[in-house]
Amino acid sequence: MTGYFHEDELTGKAYDSRLMKRLLVYLKPFRKYVLLAAVLLLLGSGLQLLGPVVIKHAIDEYVIQKDVQGLGMICIVYLALILLSFAVTWAQIYTMQWVGQMAIYRLRMQLFSHLQRLDLKFFDGNPVGRIITRVTTDINALNELLSSGVVTIIGDIVMLFGIVGFMLAIDFRLALVTLTVLPVLSFAAFLFRAKVRNAYRDIRRFIARLNAFIQEHVSGMPVVQFFRQETKVYQKFASINLELMKRHHRSVMYFAVFFPIVRVLSAVSLALIIWYGGGEVIQGALTFGTLVAFTQYVERFYRPIMDLSEKYNILQSAMASAERVFGLLDTKPSFGDQPGPKEWKQCQGRVEFDRVWFAYDEDKWVIKDLSFNIEPGEKVAIVGATGSGKTTTSGLLMRFYDHQKGSIRLDGIDIKDIPTHDVRENIGLVLQDVFLFSGAIDKNIRLGDSSITDEKLRAAARDANLDRFVDRLPNGYGFKIGERGVSLSVGQKQLLSFARALAYDPGILILDEATSSVDTETEMLIQEAVERLMKNRTSIIIAHRLSTIKKVDRILVLHKGCLRESGTHDELLKQRGIYWKLYQLQYQLHSIEAPAERRA
Amino acid sequence: MSGNAKKKSLKKVFEYLGKYRRYLYAGAVAIVLTSLFSLAVPWLIKDAIESLEAGTATSESMFGYGLAVVVAALLGGFFMFFLRRTIIWASRMIERDIKNELVDQLLKLPRSYYNKTRTGDIIARLSNDVEAVRLMVGPGIMQFSNTLVMGSLAVVLMTILSPKLTLIAMLPFPILAFTFKKVAARVYTLFYSIQEHFSTLTAFVQESISGVRVVKAYNQEESQIDDFGDLNDEYVRLNLKFARLLALFQPIVGLEVGLILVIVLFFGGRFVIEDSMTLGILVAFMLYLMMLVWPVMAIGWTITLYQRGMASLERIESILDIIPEVRDAENMKDVGRIEPEIRFHDLSFAYPDTDRNVLRNISLYIPAGKTTAIVGRTGCGKSTLLDLIVRAYRIDDDGIEIGGIEINAIPLDRLREMVGYVPQESFLFSDTLYENISFGLPEVDREASEKAALLAQLDGDVRDFPDGYETFIGERGVTLSGGQKQRTALARAIARDPDILILDDAFSAVDTATEELILAGLESVMASRTTIIVSHRISTIRKADLIHVLDDGCLIDSGTHGELIATCPLYADIVERQELEEQLEKLR
Repeated sequence: MTGYFHEDELTGKAYDSRLMKRLLVYLKPFRKYVLLAAVLLLLGSGLQLLGPVVIKHAIDEYVIQKDVQGLGMICIVYLALILLSFAVTWAQIYTMQWVGQMAIYRLRMQLFSHLQRLDLKFFDGNPVGRIITRVTTDINALNELLSSGVVTIIGDIVMLFGIVGFMLAIDFRLALVTLTVLPVLSFAAFLFRAKVRNAYRDIRRFIARLNAFIQEHVSGMPVVQFFRQETKVYQKFASINLELMKRHHRSVMYFAVFFPIVRVLSAVSLALIIWYGGGEVIQGALTFGTLVAFTQYVERFYRPIMDLSEKYNILQSAMASAERVFGLLDTKPSFGDQPGPKEWKQCQGRVEFDRVWFAYDEDKWVIKDLSFNIEPGEKVAIVGATGSGKTTTSGLLMRFYDHQKGSIRLDGIDIKDIPTHDVRENIGLVLQDVFLFSGAIDKNIRLGDSSITDEKLRAAARDANLDRFVDRLPNGYGFKIGERGVSLSVGQKQLLSFARALAYDPGILILDEATSSVDTETEMLIQEAVERLMKNRTSIIIAHRLSTIKKVDRILVLHKGCLRESGTHDELLKQRGIYWKLYQLQYQLHSIEAPAERRA
Repeated sequence: MSGNAKKKSLKKVFEYLGKYRRYLYAGAVAIVLTSLFSLAVPWLIKDAIESLEAGTATSESMFGYGLAVVVAALLGGFFMFFLRRTIIWASRMIERDIKNELVDQLLKLPRSYYNKTRTGDIIARLSNDVEAVRLMVGPGIMQFSNTLVMGSLAVVLMTILSPKLTLIAMLPFPILAFTFKKVAARVYTLFYSIQEHFSTLTAFVQESISGVRVVKAYNQEESQIDDFGDLNDEYVRLNLKFARLLALFQPIVGLEVGLILVIVLFFGGRFVIEDSMTLGILVAFMLYLMMLVWPVMAIGWTITLYQRGMASLERIESILDIIPEVRDAENMKDVGRIEPEIRFHDLSFAYPDTDRNVLRNISLYIPAGKTTAIVGRTGCGKSTLLDLIVRAYRIDDDGIEIGGIEINAIPLDRLREMVGYVPQESFLFSDTLYENISFGLPEVDREASEKAALLAQLDGDVRDFPDGYETFIGERGVTLSGGQKQRTALARAIARDPDILILDDAFSAVDTATEELILAGLESVMASRTTIIVSHRISTIRKADLIHVLDDGCLIDSGTHGELIATCPLYADIVERQELEEQLEKLR
């Protein structure tokens, strides 16, 4: 039920040995416990099946023989059997649940760790919701399968064989007579399985179609309503919905026919027991007890069969989940560290772009033959119109993406030879849209780095002009964001992200300035903080503020992925080129506050 | 869930069921009959064994009993078929009805609802919640009535056979009921704490994925994995606690039924030995008890189904209960022919549930048969103003008049029929181009579609597609470029031959040259109708007959391009900026 809205890419197989094998690998570390559970399962089924045997003895040896004391004794035996069976079943279910939880724990960990290793290309191409579903809903479906599904299915099968075995052991001939219905039953089950499998596949197809329809028309609701097409859309939906219902009804029919057939066949067995067994009793060839035991076995026989047929759907959706989860695990990062990387611990702060080309999608170059040098300690602003490649340049420097041609060198070392970890340790990035994690302020500054001391954290917050704000909060740095309805303003968020960068104290800073306008007071605080951020380190600013541009040593003007102009503010203005136009557009016409950004 | 809400939801359940009451009545009859015939089998076995005990049995009489068992099972099976064919069958119809009802409602809900609701939520309600309700009204009702009918009938039959043994057998029942309640209560509390922790886990993953740039930039992958590990530990700990309880739940029913069996065997055996009861009755008793094991176990399941179903029904009702704020008033009069001229009278507007007016005291005139442009900076209220002309949001009376008629007095059908709207974001359906262009027409009209596509400068592109106008677009077909999408949306609007054409920055994805080409092609179309244009391209706006300048929700000036350049500094500014932008765009 939970998996309904991502059933778009299904194989429809209920059992796929390739997937199952892969799934079973996760049980391997716990094989002792799996073995234990299997033994307990066998034992439990055996104990349950002993019940009718005990009753047979009670009737034959004590009730018929009128032995009250013996009856009491065997009742105690029966009681012991029931208690033991209770304990064994409990232990078996718990063991298997434990194994399932442990196996799934590892799988969940593996999947999440794998996600952390994937690069941005993957996250750009996959909606967050879909990824979350893999880690949560899909994994849970597998948990269901491992911890209870598989066991119930095996348990039911063991039970079926056990019943047959016990009947054969008690009275071979009566068992054979009773089991003459088995071929018919197997045939019915076979037919049912084939029919139901197709019916479910059909149902899933229509569910996917229905959900896609809703998805699309909810997104396009304004269009539907502008064009007054509500009736037409409703009729289209209703017809898919009707088709789906018809498919469901077909599967209802299969169940409605199959279950009574199983019942009738078990009654036929019972009739055979009465007729043949009764005849034997008359002739004294069979005891009452055996007759009674057989009736009880038959009563227990059809439950597992019905149970198995209902488990089919669960198996099918678990397989679909397994396919999706393994599909994600098989997604490789689009690039990784080179073998034998060169460490880059002491950052001088020299950055070189040497004829760099980059495209997100094949052949659509966003960065074209880009070259520039930045000396240690230099402060550089990158400016350009929307889509000029500013943010992409910073992404390449952070090694979020792998450039296709040319080379980027940090302190003279090719970025592709440096471990990604080292690159990011030495380059601090402050993003335009500040992302905050839920939790306390200090956690948001420090993130996961416990080596940042409280003093360092406070100093960073002070330099970022964040302290004044934090000091006013009820719990200071321990204040949880979003608590008591207090949320951070855009400006405060920016200051916090500055504090984060300062606490990490990188050798090279990339600052993607926010475009949003803030009040004058906050603006002053931000400008002050930016100045402190840039101090003593190579700084690359994707600038949106005139005040920032005036503070840098050099301005690089990007246009459509190429470096077009470079120089100081005054030099560039004199050229009357792209920068001059940009300056007019973005910085000078200040009466128009919001930059004319087109809505995407 | 409060008492009142519950009462209301229950009423709703009966309403859904009421429509299929014939199925339910038939289902009730089927339950009683299938139970009776099922319970007849142990009785027949009892008779058979009694005759064996008495020595009156013959091979023929045994065959007779066997035959009777098969006949009883056949009849029982027949009604069992009907049970599913009625109750489960009806539940699937109810499922369909609820889904249709929901979609019908969704189609009526205005924009303000969709602004605050995620598509995922809507789909979750349509699938998961509807399924939960179906499980309640289908399998839930079937299982519950089955247990009830089967249980009471079995007790009646057992009492007829031996009141004494029935009484003794029923002794442990209070214990059973008690432990059941105890365990069930703990199961639910634990279940909810697991659900809660699951939400925390989900939220963590969501955050970690959404903040992936920060995570990577600060080398936080390992720390994220550690934190996730902690959450995962706790999740597994809770699950194992639950598993210990769950592991108890199933065998405990077996244990208690087993206890009853032992008691019956012991006392019943003694009665048989004392000759106060036949062996047949003892056997029948044991068979009845075994037949009751599963229905009793299923009670816990039906309780869960009921609780989940009611919670889901409440979520469904929260959609159904919304009264759409944009709707036709009752008894609307026929308004006759409407002149396509629009007048705003001192209109102010704030989005629902907000206090800030995004439009303030707007009074303006859009003349019939002319082209009117609306300009202003991003966020000044241009798109909102256009939305109000087509009543995407509710406004008070006397704010807007079309052709002298108060806008709320014009039936929505008439209003939207008059208007061809090309929105900023061109949304197309994954269907053929024919279907998409004819979307606003009663049915696919190839000729009209092609004519509209020609006017929208789309025809040339379509000729290059392998299947022409039959080309399937969207996820499973050809992906259109941004410009192609916009031109398709334009063709869709003009295919309806509207009196008023609204172009809301409709050509942002095509270059200036193509835009001019499109507008030139549209000249014949625009000549005869009212056109309202919002564009960031000054070349487009310049030619308009009338230009309204908006700033921060207010109308600050109106006039022609020539007039405004001289009188309106904001307009002059915008023109300058846009010219600069166009120059930048043209740079190679």
